[in-house]
Amino acid sequence: MESTGSEQTVIKGIGGSPGICIGKAYIVDREGVDVIKRYKVDEAGAAQEINRFKNAVEKARQEHAAVIESLDDEFGSELNILEAHMVLYKDKMIYEKTVDTINNEKINAEWALKKVSRQARLRFKDVDDPYLKSRADDISQVAEKVMSHLTGVQDIRISEINKRVVLVAHDLSPADTSQIQLERVQGFVTDRGGKDSHTSIIAKSLRIPSVVGLGKATSCVANDDLIIVDGTGGRVIINPDEETLFQYEERKVSFERYHAGLERSSYLPAVTLDGEKYSLLSNIELVEEVVAAKDNGAEGIGLFRTEFLYLDLKRFPTEEELFIKYREVVELMAPAPVTIRTLDINGDKVNPSLYSMEEANPALGLRAVRFCLKNPQVFLTQIKAILRAASSGNVKLLIPMISCVSEIVEVRKIIDQAVNELETEQKEFNRDIPLGIMIEVPSAVIMAESLAEHVDFFSIGTNDLIQYSMAIDRRNRQVAHLYQPLEPAVIKMIRMTREAADKKGIKITMCGEMAGEPVNIPILMGLGIRELSMNPGSIPAVKHMIRNLDAKETKKDFEKAATMSSAREIHQMLHEKYKELLFFNGQE
Amino acid sequence: MDNALEEKNLYARRVTISNSLGMHARPAAKIAEIAGDAVHNVWIAREGSKADAQSVIDILSLCITAGTTVTVEIENSNDKEILEKISALIESGFGE
Repeated sequence: MESTGSEQTVIKGIGGSPGICIGKAYIVDREGVDVIKRYKVDEAGAAQEINRFKNAVEKARQEHAAVIESLDDEFGSELNILEAHMVLYKDKMIYEKTVDTINNEKINAEWALKKVSRQARLRFKDVDDPYLKSRADDISQVAEKVMSHLTGVQDIRISEINKRVVLVAHDLSPADTSQIQLERVQGFVTDRGGKDSHTSIIAKSLRIPSVVGLGKATSCVANDDLIIVDGTGGRVIINPDEETLFQYEERKVSFERYHAGLERSSYLPAVTLDGEKYSLLSNIELVEEVVAAKDNGAEGIGLFRTEFLYLDLKRFPTEEELFIKYREVVELMAPAPVTIRTLDINGDKVNPSLYSMEEANPALGLRAVRFCLKNPQVFLTQIKAILRAASSGNVKLLIPMISCVSEIVEVRKIIDQAVNELETEQKEFNRDIPLGIMIEVPSAVIMAESLAEHVDFFSIGTNDLIQYSMAIDRRNRQVAHLYQPLEPAVIKMIRMTREAADKKGIKITMCGEMAGEPVNIPILMGLGIRELSMNPGSIPAVKHMIRNLDAKETKKDFEKAATMSSAREIHQMLHEKYKELLFFNGQE
Repeated sequence: MDNALEEKNLYARRVTISNSLGMHARPAAKIAEIAGDAVHNVWIAREGSKADAQSVIDILSLCITAGTTVTVEIENSNDKEILEKISALIESGFGE
């Protein structure tokens, strides 16, 4: 219960979705279900328990199906989650195992289910992947639903909540969250869950602040307690004192203002305070993403990945199939530029029925342009499709993974051959398109000046450049901490590339994830990178950053960073200097 | 090739997970659905660990990421069609 003068408590959790809200707590209590009795049954009793269990599963499934039925299409991603849950009710590891356990151990259904669902959850204990780890929560939620039918304890119907509250729960299942009446909930707080759990995903899509993985929120918070949910900082403050309350009210207002501003300003040009103009482009993979790119204010497509068409088919796609897809994107974007990157794929990812081989180190193997040059017919087909699409708009051609000059010379030969064939075939095409290469291998950085003589532009792919420069696989948890875009070695590489491009008078773009992180922007600006391509969703925040920076000042930032010897130091310097600008990007 | 080996290969297929998300809940559910029709056990194996293909939970706990090669195994020749179906499904990237 709320008691005047009760002490302020801060609990640290994981920021599920950014934003701040202040409100009264509403606890969704499921503890009644957690107390489970265990008792022995005889042969006949076991048969009865099995029946009871099967009935409970059936009821839970029906209820679940009714929830799915009642949802609109706007719940797309949640629907998928709910449908996946539907399958879990009858999963062998839960359904059959519970029946077996009742039979073999002659115990009641509740205890058998509890035991079995715990075993199932334990299978995910050592899993590193956050997505899969979150699936353990799915098992709990499904088991809890069945359990509530076994014990007769009814769920609290979230749809019956009738005031604007902050929902505090042990965990929220997709079925729970989908019944929430949005206007009545201002934030979520849960004991369980992580950044990739359903509660976080849903909170993000509803744009409600949430803090998850708090461990003990339900036991620390009482109904009607005043609580602050700081989804940006991953904190919950219970019974805040006046000063804290005041601080957070201010933060809340500026956060909301910031977001409203972001949306309004996404159509404004990316111009710095001192008038320097930058170009923000979008990375896309599918035609459908063109809409998101345009909505977020992209001035063009800086990286059109073309792998998807090669993964689905049992054969290589035809020139016509590729041409139609490329033309669609090019026409939708025209007159804005579309940079089409040729196949950047590992041989082992191409459909195995087309190409099977074993490689000890795929990242160092036959991938991207190497694969294409080994399979010139595949490459030729793609180049022809791109040159044809180029007659419908503004196209640039980008070759990935170039590691030496001879490769680009070979690529040129294939392009010439494509031109010849298209002429003979009398197809409409455009040969005068800029040719660029990805700079993502350290040898390409070192040879940048020589490479620049053969191409019209460079595009720095930071993801691979960092991986190859630091010799780390960032998916390997043991070394992932070494993956730092602001590593001095990486900054130096980018600088060398930019200097080579300047010297030879060719253009330079950056299209790796580094370009989409606001904190890196002062350094990239200071380095003289004027064209940045990123995922559509990152554009507004990066644009906001650029519009609030002074280009001359970023030169100083860069010079200062150049004297530093660790990513950490540089990071710290940027965070201190641009604290205000970065705070609301959830980068505090 | 000796007979035993040939026989064994008839009952197993090596396939690579090609969809970018890897083996997440929906693909696993599709596999479990197909495997549910099998007469005998169906397995998904990788590097020494094996999962019952009829259980979504078991499949997910193998933690199969994009690009991983797995072996789909059946125990009885009557389930050959199931083997083909699952292999084709994986190879197609689960239609994603």
